[in-house]
Amino acid sequence: MTAVIETHGLTKRYRGGQLAVDRLDLTVPAGSVFGFLGPNGSGKTTTIRMLMGLIEPTAGSVTVLGGTMPKAVSSVLPQVGALIEGPALYGFLNGRDNLARFDAADPTADPRTRRARVAAALDRVGLTPAANKKAKAYSLGMKQRLGLAAALLQPRRLLVLDEPTNGLDPQGMREIRSLVRELAADGTTVFLSSHLLDEIEQVCTHAAVMAQGRLLTSGSVADLAAGGRGRLTVITPDTGDAARLLKESGVTELTIAEDRVTGDPPDDTTELSDITAALVRGGVRVRGFGVERASLEDAFVALTGEGFDVAG
Amino acid sequence: MSQAEHTGTEGAVTAHTETTGKAGPPAAASTAVAGEPRARRPQWTLGLFHSELLTTLRRWRTLALLGVLAAVPILIGIAVRIETGGGGGPDGGHGGEGPAFITQITNNGLFLVFAALAATLPVFLPMAVGVVAGDAIAGEANAGTLRYLLVAPAGRTRLLLAKYATVLAFCLLATLVVAVSALIVGALLFPLGEVTTISGTTISFTEGLLRAALIAVVVAASLAGFAAVGLFVSTLASSGIAAMATTVGLLITVQILGTIPQLDAIHPYLFPHHWMSFSDLMREPLYWDEVRQNLGLQALYAAVFGSAAWARFTTKDINA
Repeated sequence: MTAVIETHGLTKRYRGGQLAVDRLDLTVPAGSVFGFLGPNGSGKTTTIRMLMGLIEPTAGSVTVLGGTMPKAVSSVLPQVGALIEGPALYGFLNGRDNLARFDAADPTADPRTRRARVAAALDRVGLTPAANKKAKAYSLGMKQRLGLAAALLQPRRLLVLDEPTNGLDPQGMREIRSLVRELAADGTTVFLSSHLLDEIEQVCTHAAVMAQGRLLTSGSVADLAAGGRGRLTVITPDTGDAARLLKESGVTELTIAEDRVTGDPPDDTTELSDITAALVRGGVRVRGFGVERASLEDAFVALTGEGFDVAG
Repeated sequence: MSQAEHTGTEGAVTAHTETTGKAGPPAAASTAVAGEPRARRPQWTLGLFHSELLTTLRRWRTLALLGVLAAVPILIGIAVRIETGGGGGPDGGHGGEGPAFITQITNNGLFLVFAALAATLPVFLPMAVGVVAGDAIAGEANAGTLRYLLVAPAGRTRLLLAKYATVLAFCLLATLVVAVSALIVGALLFPLGEVTTISGTTISFTEGLLRAALIAVVVAASLAGFAAVGLFVSTLASSGIAAMATTVGLLITVQILGTIPQLDAIHPYLFPHHWMSFSDLMREPLYWDEVRQNLGLQALYAAVFGSAAWARFTTKDINA
């Protein structure tokens, strides 16, 4: 599988001396939905700006669709749709004219098909009814959709979406997620930054985690989640007996809270049904039993040893 | 609701595919891979300029500036009319020292064009140009739209060229607004007829009109140097307001420097130094020397500050 985005030792130090991105090595495989995860201020947006040729790296290299950025901007970017750090619109123009304006800036866009492409993009994000409204009257969610529409004016090989669900209501978030899945199904690689773990987990095939300008880990979402181990939970009124029997079965790190006993399951060779059988034999009234699948959040906490919302 | 939304989305996807199919060659329509590289269109720089001009002209601020400029000839016309008691006599004015051409207005409304240009060129016209030029890059950077133009990708050099061309077009438009407004007011309030040149000869009204058009173009060109200065300031600032204020501040400073006799040595290098030379085009025969010096100076300013703007803008980190 070829890489759509590749960075080597990518570093950005701002004039104040602040190190925003520190020796980042990132590989985004073609056809993936790549989640770029990190708390606010972890260097995600700076990285995206370097990917898009908006700012020059202090050190290291960026390759997007085979072209070195920012040199290859003019040949690479027409194939890339981007939403960077929220939408930015001309408030005095209506939605349709905003899109026409951004389309006119694309050297490869055909003015003869502009009207149709603008209408299609508006339709795709559900903004057709508001197409003639001035953008300054848009809600944040509508602005976000219009920004997405601008990224969809042309068929793209890569979509870079920086926090695309910001400011959207839950319904809007779901729509964006299904749109992302649709685009990915068409073969577009999607690079999606977010500080929302469950968002990444729901739509992404791959993910990278950043904190304080550094890459903590990257890989497929399944592999990352597997890094954090699941927890075994037993719901029973006989918590004391249950805890004793579980311990004998090799479950470690046991904790008891009300009618709930949780612990780390033993290694993969132990059959979980043996544990339930042991509990039942010991006279424990089992009302619930299961292993909670490890989430990306568990993986993240395991990785950083801290809560996710701690800003860098 | 979710279902309905979803159906709508799918309908749109189909429409989208059809559209791209039409745009591309027939073979590509059926097997179109998302985002195949498309050819660059040769005439697109014009398209960008067109979009740029349209966007600038649809800003409320631009229209307000043009409105103020259109009002200046009306004020001058009405003031002159009241002052002369509505009489069209040959010696209408009091012979006072007003702006150039103002005493001739009562004899010939066409002179209101020259008087209005002479009155607006030192401050009003360049101020309007300074606002538009100062806002050109900084305003878009501040609003964030600049990053979307650049990832479109507009190309930094081309965007800057389109911006400069737009500011120049605005210079011409602003000058024409003053001239046309003056012509209409002059025709309404005063008699029209043969024109007496500064040299004392008489030319026909038609030739007078042509002279007025020529003067308007020269006045617009006089602003080209200052427009480049404004654009350069715009690449430095991160807020449109700051850039506009700096540009207009520069204008006022330079105008003040131009009035200090002790600074005679630098006067020939100040961009407004030859601005008033346009009145030489009302001589018979036309006297081009200073006009040519003026245009040369403007070209020099445009080259120097245009290059500076380019050097700054093409290497700038776009963080806004």
